[in-house]
Amino acid sequence: MNKKKLATVWLDGCSGCHMSVLDMDELLIELNELIELVYSPLVDHKIIPDDIDITLVEGAISSTDDLEKIHKLRKNSAMLVSLGDCAVTGNVPSMRNHFNVNEVMKRSYEENVDENPGSPTSVVPQLLPQTRPVHEYVPVDFYIPGCPPSAAAIHHVLVELLNGRKPDVSEMTRFGA
Amino acid sequence: MPKTISIDPVTRIEGHAKITIQLDDEGRVHDAKFHVTQFRGFEKLIEGRPFTEMPSVMARICGICPVSHLVASAKACDDILAVQIPKTAKRLRQMLNLAQLIQSHALNFFHLSAPDLLLGMDAPPEDRNVFGLMNANPDLARKGIRLRKFGQQIIEWLGGKRIHPAWVVPGGVNAPLDPKKREMILERIPEAKRITQEALDVYKRIVDDFAEETRTFANFPSLFVGLVNDKNQIEHYDGKFRVVDAAGRIIVNKLDDHKYMEIIGERVEPDSFLKSPYYKPMGYPNGMYRVGPLARLNIIDRCGTPLADQEWAEFRAMGRGAVLSSFHYHFARLVEILYGIEMVENILNDPDILSKDCRAMARVNNHEGIGVSEAPRGMLIHHYKVDNQGLMEWANLIIATGHNNLAMNKGVLQVAKHFIEGNEIKDGALNRVEAVIRAFDPCLSCSTHALGQMPLQMELYEAEGALLDTRSRDA
Repeated sequence: MNKKKLATVWLDGCSGCHMSVLDMDELLIELNELIELVYSPLVDHKIIPDDIDITLVEGAISSTDDLEKIHKLRKNSAMLVSLGDCAVTGNVPSMRNHFNVNEVMKRSYEENVDENPGSPTSVVPQLLPQTRPVHEYVPVDFYIPGCPPSAAAIHHVLVELLNGRKPDVSEMTRFGA
Repeated sequence: MPKTISIDPVTRIEGHAKITIQLDDEGRVHDAKFHVTQFRGFEKLIEGRPFTEMPSVMARICGICPVSHLVASAKACDDILAVQIPKTAKRLRQMLNLAQLIQSHALNFFHLSAPDLLLGMDAPPEDRNVFGLMNANPDLARKGIRLRKFGQQIIEWLGGKRIHPAWVVPGGVNAPLDPKKREMILERIPEAKRITQEALDVYKRIVDDFAEETRTFANFPSLFVGLVNDKNQIEHYDGKFRVVDAAGRIIVNKLDDHKYMEIIGERVEPDSFLKSPYYKPMGYPNGMYRVGPLARLNIIDRCGTPLADQEWAEFRAMGRGAVLSSFHYHFARLVEILYGIEMVENILNDPDILSKDCRAMARVNNHEGIGVSEAPRGMLIHHYKVDNQGLMEWANLIIATGHNNLAMNKGVLQVAKHFIEGNEIKDGALNRVEAVIRAFDPCLSCSTHALGQMPLQMELYEAEGALLDTRSRDA
């Protein structure tokens, strides 16, 4: 049987949505028959493939690294799903938008420091002025709210999409759930 | 011919990171560094929010160990209320914390590290994951899933949901334990114990195949830091600091957790979002220390539960002083899972566990609060300041993985020196560089209050700084 190619990516979020994917427990063994995980923190493929069927995006867009990744994933995926409140609305990570990005860095790298204060600038990516939801940068095909969405909601969406149907999660999850 | 090696992303760890390796003129590894590349700013973004929101907001630092942040944050809030929480509330929080320890350690062992340990460091990259494990050893993969589920279900039954439960609140917990849930957890304990003991047997069978890795995976003297209880046993919820040196000598004993600033300093690395904490009396970088399961088993006099203590005795017999190889984090995690299951059983058998007295109410009585607990990956420190209305003015967070930054850096260098030979870089060698990081089970989202998907990118430089080698592992 031809397995569908699934990718998952974790941008500015907490990994809770990825943990909720793992919370499918034994259903993961069944899913393993239907899909191949071609790019994800859970597998060792280092390059984003160019023929992904479904990509699940956890997290908001917060840095130049996030931007680069989301554009590539959008380009290479037939369907892109915003998974969880951070991807859908910006959620907790976007609480930093109330402050100037330099003030946010100053707290951690100048005030709460004993030695060598100063914000890291080499090797690390640049933070964007604001943390924003995914659909502000690329078109999104489906949204799953929740913090995190339950394993049952994620499973429902995957199975419906794999079968070419339109999922309905309105009874299964909500913002902040 | 100039080339660059890239491991991008580093997979099967939790966070965004990158490694750079410098070669000398002869093509030997001269230096290696571990860079963490994401930052979220929780210490600032909470400013102006009511402190009572902190357990729920701070839990969003990490979806793998949200309970640790709930617990440390709630303890800092208890301090602001100036209350002593009811005994039952403390036991319930303690059980929730242990349930998370069980699921998080199971995740590292079965889902993230077992592919290296059971399929081999040199197995094809496309098989080296939990789905590859399902194909190669479906029985063990299923058991791993069930053990993680055991921990997650306890969290769901106590807190209402598996990830980011809102049950832990300043002053205690917001609902008592349902007697039915108590029975449901107790019923599942024998299976959880069986799976853990089986995993320990598997580990002991294969560990000798990894003699070279054991010798080189961040295997060096360092300090070890963690919490112990009043009997000098392992303690994850509420203890005092103990610091032990490489020979196993106790150099700090039972220091009050509110005095963390006396022993821990933090230094900024200009090329990483992860700061480097160090043991203050010895300065940077000599004050390098390790935390987490390996450290906890190194600092205690014993675990305090019978099955875990048998395993602990075997663990301690591996070193003359402290056990120094970070490869043994894997063993230590399994011992801690066993301890966690035994303790959950003990707590459920506490006669007061169903008491309805599980929350203390008060207003702001202190303008500063500190909460310290042991997260799966090590000590977790939350320190808050609030105004008269209880609005947050400042926070300092020092998080488990961060404590290990100096040791992880040194470990990456040690593995790179041993396994990487100038010109020809094999996939297995690069996987070992990632695997030493996996042994520490870093949670980089936590530690920089950031979250990432682990692009560990590796570049090889000449001593003068010219880029030598670029290679993609999938190419």
